[in-house]
Amino acid sequence: MRITQGTFSFLPDLTDEQISAQIEYCLRNDWAIGIEYTDDPHPRNTYWEMWGNPMFDLRDAAGVMMEVRACRGAWPDAYIRINAFDSTRGFETVRMSFIVNRPKVEPKLVLARAEAQGRVQRYSMQTIIDTPVRGHP
Amino acid sequence: MNVAEAITQQPAAGVDLAADFRSSGVAEILDELDRELTGLKPVKRRIRETAALLLVERARQRLGLTTETPTLHMSFTGNPGTGKTTLALRMANLLHRLGYVRKGHLVSVTRDDLVGQYIGHTAPKTKEVLKKAMGGVLFIDEAYYLYRPDNERDYGQEAIEILLQVMENQRDDLVVILAGYADRMERFYQSNPGFRSRIAHHIDFPDYENEELLAIAETMLARQNYVFDDEAKTTMAGYIDARRAQPHFANARSIRNALDRARLRQANRLFETARGTVSPQELSTIRAEDIRASRVFATAATAEGDAAP
Repeated sequence: MRITQGTFSFLPDLTDEQISAQIEYCLRNDWAIGIEYTDDPHPRNTYWEMWGNPMFDLRDAAGVMMEVRACRGAWPDAYIRINAFDSTRGFETVRMSFIVNRPKVEPKLVLARAEAQGRVQRYSMQTIIDTPVRGHP
Repeated sequence: MNVAEAITQQPAAGVDLAADFRSSGVAEILDELDRELTGLKPVKRRIRETAALLLVERARQRLGLTTETPTLHMSFTGNPGTGKTTLALRMANLLHRLGYVRKGHLVSVTRDDLVGQYIGHTAPKTKEVLKKAMGGVLFIDEAYYLYRPDNERDYGQEAIEILLQVMENQRDDLVVILAGYADRMERFYQSNPGFRSRIAHHIDFPDYENEELLAIAETMLARQNYVFDDEAKTTMAGYIDARRAQPHFANARSIRNALDRARLRQANRLFETARGTVSPQELSTIRAEDIRASRVFATAATAEGDAAP
C-alpha cells in the first residue's frame, strides 16, 4: 500500500534531481533542513528517528544530498523524509515535508476493531509491516 | 574519440573567447583586483592565468572536447597579512562568475572547526563544515595544523581523510583552498602526498614592499574617512620601516593594527586639547604625533621620542 504523507506523495517518487531542486527551494527560503527515517509510517507516528542533527546555514543542496545518500545507505528499507523548518517568527514550524525514500514492500495500514463497554465498537489503524500471507487479500 | 573526431561531430562553429570573457563578468573582477588590491603582482598574474585557463576549459566543455571538471583546489602560501583571505574571497567570486561553483560563498575555517575533541567527534564536525561550504569555496587557514606528526592518534588525520575524499569525489560541488606559511605548507604536503596531487594551483604570496604598505595604509584610512597630513605620511613610512625589523611583523595586518591604535590616540588627543567645536577636518586627520607615540619608535629610535606628547 502506497503511503501518502507530506508534499508530493501523490506523485511518482521524486528523482534525486527533483529532490535537489526542492531542497534548493527550501534553502532559498532560509529553512533549516532535517532528515528523518522510520519503519512505521502510521499517520499518528509523529516521532521519526533523526538522521544526524538538523542542518542550519547551508547554501547548496549538495550538502543535504550527501546526507540523504548516507541515510539511504544505512536504511535502504525505511521511509526517509526531509523536513524544512522555518524559524521565522510567527511560523516557527515545519513548512515543508516530503518523502525521499520508501521500502521496496510498503507496510499496510489495516482497520482494527476493539470491543469497548456495552458492545461499543472502537476502530483504530494499525501498521502491518510483514509481507502478506498467501490466501489473505 | 580523438580531438579531430570530436570537432567534426560537433556542429558548433566555435567560441568567441573575447565575447565570452566580457559576458562572464570576469573582466570586472580582474579589474577590481587590480584597482583595489595594492601590490601582489605575481599573484594577480597567476589569477589572470587561472581565469584564462578556466575560460578556455569552459569553452572546451561547451564544444564537447572535454567533459571532466578541472581540478580547482588551490593552495595559497605566504606570510601573515599578505592578503590570502581577501584573495580567497575574490577567487570564490571569480569561480562563481565562471560557473565553476554554484553559490560562490566562502567558508573560512581553521583546525578547530574541523577536528573534534574526542573519538567520534571529528567526522560529524568536518562533514558539517563541508556541507556548509557546498556550492562555494572552503578556505582552510593554517592547514598544516591539521596534521600533527608527533601524535599518531591525533584526530586531524581523520579530518584529512574526509577532506581528501570529498575533494576527489565532489569536485563539482566544492573548491578547497588551503592556506598557510610557505615552509610549513611544504612540509605538510610532503607528509600528505594526497593533498599535493589533488591541488592544481599553487599561488605564492610575496611580502609587501614598504611603499606598498604605505599605499595600503592610506587606502585603509580613506575607507574610514580619515587622512594623513603630510608629516604623518612621512612618519608612517618611518613606522613601517621600523616595524618590519621587529618580530611578529604581519604585513598589512600590522598596518591595520597600527592605524587602529593611531585612531585611538587621535581621539584621545582631540578630547584633551579641543576647546569648543571641533571641525570635520580635525576629526578626520591623523597627525604625526598620533603615530609617533607608538612604542615601535621607542625601541627603534629613542631620539625621535622627544617629539611625542
